[in-house]
Amino acid sequence: MIINHPLLGPRDSEEFVYLGSTDLINRPTNWEDEASAEDFYQYQYIRENVAGDHKELWYHEQGDQSWLVVTRNTLTHEITNVELAQDVSRAMGRGK
Amino acid sequence: MSQINRKDGGLINKDKTITFTFNGHILRGYEGDTLASALLANDKHLVGRSFKYHRPRGIVTVGSEEPNAIMEIGSGAYKEPNTRATVTQLYNGLEANSQNHRGPLGFDLMAITDFFSPMLGAGFYYKTFMWPKAFWEKIYEPAIRNSAGLGTLAKQPDPDTYDKGFRYCDILIIGAGASGLSAALTAASSGAKVILADEDFLMGGRLNSETAKIDGISGSEWAKNAVDKLSAMDNVTLMADTTIFGVYDHGIYGALENRSSESREDSKKPRQVNWRIYAKRSILCAGAIERSIAFGNNDRPGIMLAGAVRSYMNRFAVATGQKVTVYTNNDDGWQTAKDLRAKGVKVVAVIDSRSISPVMGIQGAEIFMGTDVIDTKGRRRLKSIKLSNGRTIDTDSLAVSGGWNPNLHLTCHHRGIPKWNEDIASFVPDDKAPPGMSVAGRAKGTMVLNDAIKEGHDLGSSVAQDLGYKASDLEPATTPSVAYNIVANWGVPSGKNRAWVDFQNDVTAKDVKLANQEGFKSVEHVKRYTTLGMATDQGKTANVLGIGIMAENMGQTMEETGTTIFRPPYSPVAVGAFAGRRRGMEFYPTRYTPSHKWSEEQGAVFVEVGMWYRSQWFPQPGETHWRQSVDREVIQTRSSVGICDVTTLGKIDIKGSDVSEFLNKVYVNAFAKLPVGKTRYGLMLREDGMAMDDGTTARLAEDHFVMTTTTANAVSVYRHLQFCHQVLWPDLDVHMISVTEQYAQYAVAGPNSRKLLEKIVDPEHDISNEGFPFMAAAEISVCGGVPARLFRISFSGELAYEIAVPTRYGDSLMRVMMEAGKEFNVVPYGTEALGVMRIEKGHAAGPELNGQTSAYDLGMGGMVSGKKDFIGYKLGLREELQRSDRMQMVGFKPVNKGDLVDKGHSMAGAHLLGLRDEPTTENDQGWISSSIYSPMLGCYIGLGFIKDGLNRKGEFVRAVDLVRGSDIEVEICSPHFYDPEGGRLRE
Repeated sequence: MIINHPLLGPRDSEEFVYLGSTDLINRPTNWEDEASAEDFYQYQYIRENVAGDHKELWYHEQGDQSWLVVTRNTLTHEITNVELAQDVSRAMGRGK
Repeated sequence: MSQINRKDGGLINKDKTITFTFNGHILRGYEGDTLASALLANDKHLVGRSFKYHRPRGIVTVGSEEPNAIMEIGSGAYKEPNTRATVTQLYNGLEANSQNHRGPLGFDLMAITDFFSPMLGAGFYYKTFMWPKAFWEKIYEPAIRNSAGLGTLAKQPDPDTYDKGFRYCDILIIGAGASGLSAALTAASSGAKVILADEDFLMGGRLNSETAKIDGISGSEWAKNAVDKLSAMDNVTLMADTTIFGVYDHGIYGALENRSSESREDSKKPRQVNWRIYAKRSILCAGAIERSIAFGNNDRPGIMLAGAVRSYMNRFAVATGQKVTVYTNNDDGWQTAKDLRAKGVKVVAVIDSRSISPVMGIQGAEIFMGTDVIDTKGRRRLKSIKLSNGRTIDTDSLAVSGGWNPNLHLTCHHRGIPKWNEDIASFVPDDKAPPGMSVAGRAKGTMVLNDAIKEGHDLGSSVAQDLGYKASDLEPATTPSVAYNIVANWGVPSGKNRAWVDFQNDVTAKDVKLANQEGFKSVEHVKRYTTLGMATDQGKTANVLGIGIMAENMGQTMEETGTTIFRPPYSPVAVGAFAGRRRGMEFYPTRYTPSHKWSEEQGAVFVEVGMWYRSQWFPQPGETHWRQSVDREVIQTRSSVGICDVTTLGKIDIKGSDVSEFLNKVYVNAFAKLPVGKTRYGLMLREDGMAMDDGTTARLAEDHFVMTTTTANAVSVYRHLQFCHQVLWPDLDVHMISVTEQYAQYAVAGPNSRKLLEKIVDPEHDISNEGFPFMAAAEISVCGGVPARLFRISFSGELAYEIAVPTRYGDSLMRVMMEAGKEFNVVPYGTEALGVMRIEKGHAAGPELNGQTSAYDLGMGGMVSGKKDFIGYKLGLREELQRSDRMQMVGFKPVNKGDLVDKGHSMAGAHLLGLRDEPTTENDQGWISSSIYSPMLGCYIGLGFIKDGLNRKGEFVRAVDLVRGSDIEVEICSPHFYDPEGGRLRE
């Protein structure tokens, strides 16, 4: 596969390490709540098994070490969007 | 007898004779021959034995689809089995040997299996070797293994070299036949960057085998002109003898280039190159592959595909027999009769299964329309054929054509599903070819040559235009149109005679029928039950025929029956080609620390840790056993001073105003208030609460930290930190970089370590116990201005430091320290002594951080902060992870100190049992994870995991090692064996 890195252009997927769904961005912040154990459990273990467009995290280990959000169709491997995870995370409201 | 079948003409160079051997006989051929054409020129039709029944078999095809003529080429370490003679270019000294027979090829002892064939039908193994169960291991399996397999391996390392390469183009054209060359000409003339690849060493495809004239000249001449024109263009790369074996995602193609002739001259040059081709678009012009017809005894040597017979005649000037017969169901079969006749070969009969008028007259040949071949005679070579009308005809070469299958393999690599086209009685590609791939010519089902040329011509131009190049102004080549008519013929009733479908796997029409009767309806199931379409040729000549037979058996259409899934590779690729140069020491990078050379000079024994070479111990004269060296290194370090290279530890430099907050989120313990000039031990968990890694982090300045990780996890921890920063907390002001390779680092340990360092640390830096106490950290200089980082941390439990200098000073620093330490009897120590001292101190390492242990399990529950969120905090609190009967890490020491000393092995790997328990899984209470002989305690000690261990100190259990045969009584104890109060490291 070829991942079109937003800063570096098209790169072979061999340069990257795959992690998983962008669900991993949504780490719960309510750790002080007793009830948040369930939220952390959902965050850690529960994933949609998507047949179609899947937003996922890839790490450019053999490159600039940026984490990317890649939108990949799990049926065709077509990649329709590649963004810096940092930008996506901020857009989702994460900061410090 | 020399090349008795060789005729005039052909695309071979008769001025260059080539000598080769087949089963030890010296034979001759010409430059331009394949091994197969040279064998046929020498009248060698019997070239191998079939897989299952050891039937005599001959060459069937002229290309990579060959099912029968697979041989062992070369000898000794160079021997390569299952090589197709039809694609092996002949060279001087080639040694070929037929395979799959015991005794001589002409009299195979295993041929007896053929007499038992009524018992050996489809599913024979599944049905027969089920019982008695006990027979499997001792009788059935060895017998099957002994008779299974085709060639034999050299059983030596492959002495050839292989390489990998990368190429980029606008348009990859696969196949250099009529349509491929036409496509390449227009695409290249429009300016696109073109790669043209063909699996044959001679480009031109079928044009080299046919007599059709293109633009008024012979097809092979036209092809040669086209190749010459293309090779003169800068934007064209020609790759002959290169098979495109797979289509991967996003325009990536796997290509195997055969460079055998080059590597034979110079063994350092690669025999094969595995190319990865990145193409914006591709045009598949892979042509078509002929199929056979299933009739009685259709597998005798001398029975070949009609197109192959024609090829051997036209391209290689080899007649496949003296009295040739043709059996066809389509017009193209007749071309074989016509071409042979034109070369003066006697064609005795043309048999066409269609009830139509003869396609043409063939001088001297009897014509039989609406007639089939139903049986053949001749054990090692065809002698005669029997027709459905009762006639028997003497013939030594039967050319069979069941029609041509578009070679659509590569169109299916992204799950394209072939569609049935009744007009040509074959499958054609659907519209789901891999993105970017277009198909032209016979691969698409365009069987008329003139149309195939036009198709390639137009596609080459239009694809180039799609990519923004100008339209080509070339005119397409032309050739007179010859119709291709066909009526499907899957086979004829053959009574008791077996009609072969898959030659390589000995699958008959009856086997397919039996599988259908037994309930195997899916083509994929029939494949696996009968082995139809398996092995090295993957049924290239057999599959469609088998599907036709299935469709007839089950009364369904070809499309309902469908094909099996086509997967890469298109044809076999040697494992060596995938490995490329990554063999032996080049399998992965080798990492040496800066003091490696110094260690070599000391005669160090090295051990691979990850990719690093680390000194394991340093033998001294007179030491005959590693334990002597290791015990000495430990005792000398603990009594005076020792130095260990710890460069391999991961080192991460972290800067920013939010680093302490960031560290708080990744370590279980508090880091927010770590003062400048101090180091702290930290434990990291995974989000699921399991220990991931540990190490120390020092604060060198308000906004500057340096972290160490374990050697093994250096890469994954850095990746994890980047994830935490970029993905989870993107606005934290944190910047990090791995500096593992930028610093050489040494542990200097032992009561005299300070005295040693005082000799090299520049005097302005106070490293006294007061000025530089336990856990202090500072940027200093040594040896008169060399920048260094000093940490007062200890893995050994002694007064100890770790000192880091820029990599280029690593070697010097080691030498300087050893010199400075002479007066203290300084000793270098390796990873074994390091391990001994860490176990004596009860530090967890790799065997304990095994991904299943929590902070509590490791006895570090007390470190875990409850006042902050950190990775692994919440899920680490789960009830199951807090249970007291979990496996917890504790120490173990033998009740009798002398235990195991005479045996010479440690407790590592032993399982823990109650004093009187039988060694069973149910009674298993835990295991010893790390164990060594402690020279300080004078006995073996161990770290290990046992249920509820933290509450069981003082209890006695047994450490049982069934593998090495030891069973000793041990006491559960604190893991801190040596100096448990830790007084030594604060001295």
